[in-house]
Amino acid sequence: MKRRKGTSDSLLTKAGGELDDRFKLAGPARVLLNKVFPDHWSFLLGEIALFSFILLLLSGTFLALFFEPSMVEVTYNGAYVPLQGVEMSKAYASALDLSFEVRGGLFMRQMHHWATLLFMASILVHMLRIFFTGAFRAPRETNWMIGILLFWVGFFEGFFGYSLPDDGLSGTGLRIMEGMTESVPFIGPWASAALFGGQFPGTSVISMIYIIHVFVFPLILLALITVHVGLVFAQKHTQWPGPGRTEHNVVGFRMFPNYVMKQVGFMLFIWGVIGAMAGLFQINPIWLFGPYEVSVVSSASQPDFYVMYLDGLIRLFPAWEFRVPPYFTLPAVFWPAIAGMGLSVLLPLVYPALERRFTKDRGHHNLLQRPRDVPARTSLGMMVVVFWIIGVISGGNDVFAQKFHISLNAMTWAGRIGIVVLPIIAYYVTYRICLGLQQHDREVLAHGLETGILMRDPNGRFYEVHQPLGEPDEHGHSELEYGGWVVPKKMNRVGALEPTDKGFFKSIEEPSENGGAERRDEIESGHK
Amino acid sequence: MSAHNDSAHNEPEPVDLSDPKLSRFEVYKEGLRRDDIEIIHYEPRFAKPGTKAEKRMERIVGGLFLFSGLFATLFVVAYIWWPWEYEGAATWRDPQTWYTPILGTTLGLSLLLFAVGVLTWAKKLLPVEELVQDRHDGGSSPEDRRIAEATVDGLVEDMGLKRRPFLVKAALLGAAPLGLAAVAPLGALLKDPGDMLTVTGWNAEKYNDGDPVQVMMRDGALVRPDMVSVGGQITVYPALDHGATNQFPTSPVLLIHLRAADAEILRGNLYPMYQDVDALWGNFVAYSKICTHVGCPTSLYEQQSQRLLCPCHQSQFNVVDNAAPIFGPATRHLPILPLDVDDDGVFIAKSDFLVPPGPAFWNRPSLPEEDEK
Repeated sequence: MKRRKGTSDSLLTKAGGELDDRFKLAGPARVLLNKVFPDHWSFLLGEIALFSFILLLLSGTFLALFFEPSMVEVTYNGAYVPLQGVEMSKAYASALDLSFEVRGGLFMRQMHHWATLLFMASILVHMLRIFFTGAFRAPRETNWMIGILLFWVGFFEGFFGYSLPDDGLSGTGLRIMEGMTESVPFIGPWASAALFGGQFPGTSVISMIYIIHVFVFPLILLALITVHVGLVFAQKHTQWPGPGRTEHNVVGFRMFPNYVMKQVGFMLFIWGVIGAMAGLFQINPIWLFGPYEVSVVSSASQPDFYVMYLDGLIRLFPAWEFRVPPYFTLPAVFWPAIAGMGLSVLLPLVYPALERRFTKDRGHHNLLQRPRDVPARTSLGMMVVVFWIIGVISGGNDVFAQKFHISLNAMTWAGRIGIVVLPIIAYYVTYRICLGLQQHDREVLAHGLETGILMRDPNGRFYEVHQPLGEPDEHGHSELEYGGWVVPKKMNRVGALEPTDKGFFKSIEEPSENGGAERRDEIESGHK
Repeated sequence: MSAHNDSAHNEPEPVDLSDPKLSRFEVYKEGLRRDDIEIIHYEPRFAKPGTKAEKRMERIVGGLFLFSGLFATLFVVAYIWWPWEYEGAATWRDPQTWYTPILGTTLGLSLLLFAVGVLTWAKKLLPVEELVQDRHDGGSSPEDRRIAEATVDGLVEDMGLKRRPFLVKAALLGAAPLGLAAVAPLGALLKDPGDMLTVTGWNAEKYNDGDPVQVMMRDGALVRPDMVSVGGQITVYPALDHGATNQFPTSPVLLIHLRAADAEILRGNLYPMYQDVDALWGNFVAYSKICTHVGCPTSLYEQQSQRLLCPCHQSQFNVVDNAAPIFGPATRHLPILPLDVDDDGVFIAKSDFLVPPGPAFWNRPSLPEEDEK
């Protein structure tokens, strides 16, 4: 065999060469392979949404192969005995067939639904992380706004998705949506007629929301997600403050192999969790609800959790209808449903601009903030969180009333009062907690750590020995500046009280073999 | 550490790539330098390759992958061969009830094991590394900006956007209708709501050639007074073709046979508009079942407290007071369907509802009586 001169041609190099000849990849590929990513668990919350979305596309495609978005009336003649002979729409019948007569169809339906819940939940938690750490600040306001839009498109995508089977519960959801739509001044009745092709429920709404659900909104989501992730990539990820970390650098590890391997592992992990849930936990058993009939409903009719806060607001809002008889009516439901949803879209969209205006902070920020260091923002965020939680609980107030034997009317009144009072209390309490935590950080930096060792001086006075974190002056105070990052608060955070040996069943500390690579990181500082 | 804070002053020198003595790592580091990346810390996870600890870790990761494959195989096998067809009510002993849980367990475990394998590989076998890269945040260089500005200015100049204001205005005036034309086809969705929110299946003129509409049950049986016992209630529909289906969504009515004492209270409370048409028949009253809040059926009838409750948003209506709202978000009473009994002894609607049933809309005709409680 003859070796070619002066080269070390492996198959890989050769393939790379061929590709580079055509696409000029060597430069960009190197930039990509070496790109440095900062590392923190909280940076992975958005990824859960991304990975759920991929699974949603896959499982949704499977479902679309069998689902028939038609409101033509048929007589059910399938495998599920209790509904045999019942008149229902083709949509509901095909959704039942998907659950009973398609191999693995129920598994796929439940996977699609669980993945949706995870998608929306992780968006919410991701949004909280971005908000409370100030990651939405310049230069990332655009991406924050795209994220808000992603939530709302996902909100309606999810709502339309669970409306498709045309079962008793989903029809009730559409009915409520219709009632909200009707309430809009001047255009309400026309908008409702356009949505339902005339009078609710009509015969066209399922095919309309079907094309929106399987084509229009997924396309918008895909486009927004692409831009969202692309911007994170182009603007480079924010990072927590810490040793060596500045506004002008990124400290972390390389995209390849480290970051990508962790991402692939995490993706499979998310899919594994959703897959197990899809098989083990029942969700939305549509065969129990029957076909949708306008005159039939059961108690405990709850929407999916991300819609629940709106339903809760509708339940709580007092019966305040504005009327100028006989010309004009502004229904009460307009305020929580239309105005409430409008504000829920608008306020988060403009929040970064509002904060800029109030703080007059026009700089670029690549270092994150600890929530305690920005008490006003953290408290505002907690206000919204508390408001939202009361909304969600009130969205299920009938279930809470029943399960805990509480009067339904008491639940409603508790919600009405709570949703006004508790956010204000949450603001105050959060603010005080933030200040307290700030103060404690400074205290530890100045006085050192509490060691738990009590001493008695010759005068009989007891005092606790403190472990200074820096060089103490004659009063035992250190002049350490707060770095915007975790201050160690316990002795074992600075290496004391570490176990002498690592390992559960047997020691895995084998210094002769691993050359000390199993360092104890905590000894150096409070984090790594 | 402080050296990295001002790495700009401390940049590594470029290396001569034509130097044949360069090691692979040195060439690689030149790549990092060109991307403004510096290595802070880089060491193999295991100082000496091939130690027992390393081998052990390899065995663990490999085992995870193999077990993942095993469960994936089980998934495929179960998907194909496990009995899955629904055969009516089954107990846990029937194998088909385990089909979905087995799919979830096998696929979930397979994915989880593979995930843990990849993650362990990344966390326990990859070298320990920490690198720092410059951000180059905050816009382009002044030079680039100037060039871009000049380019755009040239563009504007070439097109004569400033010199030809007429063209600009004409283009805008032309494009606006064009944009309108692009969305105009959506107008096909528009439909005149007409009387859909005000007229129901009880309207004799529209649906029954002027003859009063009879009352029927869901199965089509006509409703006579003796079919509802005292204190009882049934949901009834207009006796029309498809009258009990979603084609008449605002028509369902709750027919209640009140106890004599309750009926007396109701008669005393009745709004004038209902008194005028004598809306009750005997001790029978018929309330629209469609909630005036957002349109769910107000299905729950509490006989003891004489309340109707809507299970969607918990609006409550007082049966012995025109079904006026007494709790919750609803603002208007459930309209009463004026009742009568025809010559065949069957309930009929004297007329359609006097006010539109269901949720409100902006131009809903309202009567002053509605404000009474």
